Amino acid sequence: MADKMEMRECYGQALVEAGRENEKIVVLEADLRKSTMGELFRQEFPERLFEVGIAEQNMIGMAAGFALTGWTAVANSFAVFASGRAFEQIRQSIALPRLNVKIGGSSGGLTDTGDGATHQSIADLAIMRSLPNMTVLCPADGIETKQAVQAMLELDGPVYIRIGRIEAPTLYDEDYKFELGKIVVMRPGEDVTLAAAGTMVGVALEAAKLLAKDGIDARVLNVHTLKPLDEGAILAAARETAGIVTVEEHNIIGGLGSAVAEVVSAADGGPVVRVGVADVFGQSSNCYEELLAAYGLTPENVRSKARSLLQKK
Amino acid sequence: MADQKLVQELEEKAKTIRRGIVDMIGDARRGHLGGSLSIADIVAVLYYHTMRLSPGDPTWEDRDRFLLSKGHAALAQYAALIDLGYIPQEEMYKLKDLGSMTQGHPDMRKTPGIEAGTGSLGQGLSVGVGMALGLRLAGKDSRVYVIIGDGELNEGQIWEAAMAAAHYELDNLVAFVDYNGLQATGPTKESMGTDPLPDKWAAFGWHVINIDGHDIGQILDALEEAATVRKQPVMIIAKTVKGKGVSFAENVAGYHHAAMTTEQYKQALAELA
Repeated sequence: MADKMEMRECYGQALVEAGRENEKIVVLEADLRKSTMGELFRQEFPERLFEVGIAEQNMIGMAAGFALTGWTAVANSFAVFASGRAFEQIRQSIALPRLNVKIGGSSGGLTDTGDGATHQSIADLAIMRSLPNMTVLCPADGIETKQAVQAMLELDGPVYIRIGRIEAPTLYDEDYKFELGKIVVMRPGEDVTLAAAGTMVGVALEAAKLLAKDGIDARVLNVHTLKPLDEGAILAAARETAGIVTVEEHNIIGGLGSAVAEVVSAADGGPVVRVGVADVFGQSSNCYEELLAAYGLTPENVRSKARSLLQKK
Repeated sequence: MADQKLVQELEEKAKTIRRGIVDMIGDARRGHLGGSLSIADIVAVLYYHTMRLSPGDPTWEDRDRFLLSKGHAALAQYAALIDLGYIPQEEMYKLKDLGSMTQGHPDMRKTPGIEAGTGSLGQGLSVGVGMALGLRLAGKDSRVYVIIGDGELNEGQIWEAAMAAAHYELDNLVAFVDYNGLQATGPTKESMGTDPLPDKWAAFGWHVINIDGHDIGQILDALEEAATVRKQPVMIIAKTVKGKGVSFAENVAGYHHAAMTTEQYKQALAELA
């Protein structure tokens, strides 16, 4: 297994593999198919790939039309446009009638590093999570991306999936089994919990190694499904450790941190500290790691937040 | 020229629909009277003549599809669906009640015969484009009919869909503009001018037909012509009167969404008798 895999490639390949198994899958693209890697699907199934031009709102409406005539429709764009530009179309035309449409949010988080704030997506998980009937997925590596795509296509209903524009460190091997809605304990631990989603799962694992050097035993959770949230695993972590540090490549408002805090506070379950983009917009950088560091999305910052949480207890 | 007997039958059905719209609002509720009345004749021709349907089997896979992009005019569609037996008769008097099938805007999960979720304006044509493509890809000869409001043409998404329909040469897609000249606030010309409508749609690559949207014969002829068009979507621009058939509501923007007094309700029913 390669130690790094391009998530977009894995996404595109997974769509192709699904397309071979299931003739009822169509893919819609808004002039970004060479970035989302829906292009791979076009190469093999040109008759089932529909280019709509730079028109995300119409793309979502068309995806609804395909779903209403018996197709499983996958509509891809950059996460910021797929979830934002077409939010209202997703709300009325997809989520409300509970249609079998999958929305691929590519270049999620800060992973469109160079393009800057306009193209970075730090609100997509919050807004997609707010829609009734919507399932929200955020896979952590290439292996999980492939399996999450398979799982979303097996589900009859609306799904939003966020994909990063990076070579993500490979966390899983091929015999990993993705279970929609079920948190994966990446590392057991009793002192503190690091709950991460997507590209931040790797960062949380690094943070756990740093904490281990400090003598702190951190549990690491991969919350690949933000909705429906695996409340049992969150509450167990809240109960069994001193508190939860959430880590996400997203605004600290509305995403994973909020989702975890909602569950924990309802159960009076102890502290939740949110690591994420602190309610500011992104910016350009020529280096992804530099950009992550500028917003505190580093193992060192996660370690420091976990340590201060433990000190307050 | 359309058969006169058929025209008369459909005129009666249009009256049935208009009476249904008026009954749904009655003298105790508020509803979208004007824009429902303006499409009654088109809805009558589609539901009672043109569309291939099976009222006993609302999800029959070979049916034609009807989308009301201007979803607030759902009363016209509900009236037809009630008359045809898709929706139980008692729903006529439950408009917008909690748990009713006659929701303020059409909801496919709540109401038999409704094909999508519409009402937030500008979205229905895109859904129609996807349906037309989906049907063609599946090798089905079903056709898709969409009614758009003229105020709704302010929405940019309409024009995205217009481009896509022509790009994909969707000759199984027929759209109507309910060109009644009024929107929620007042005259469409004052809110946002949309003229010249026929030129705009023609420039976007559509086959355009202009008709009087209250002349059943013209609606029938237009749909017959539409069925012969190849490799182009068809836009039927139907000049209509908002509130048509109820004299006090005709061409009055205030009846976009309104209540009626008991006297007005009685008068409206009398005018539609």
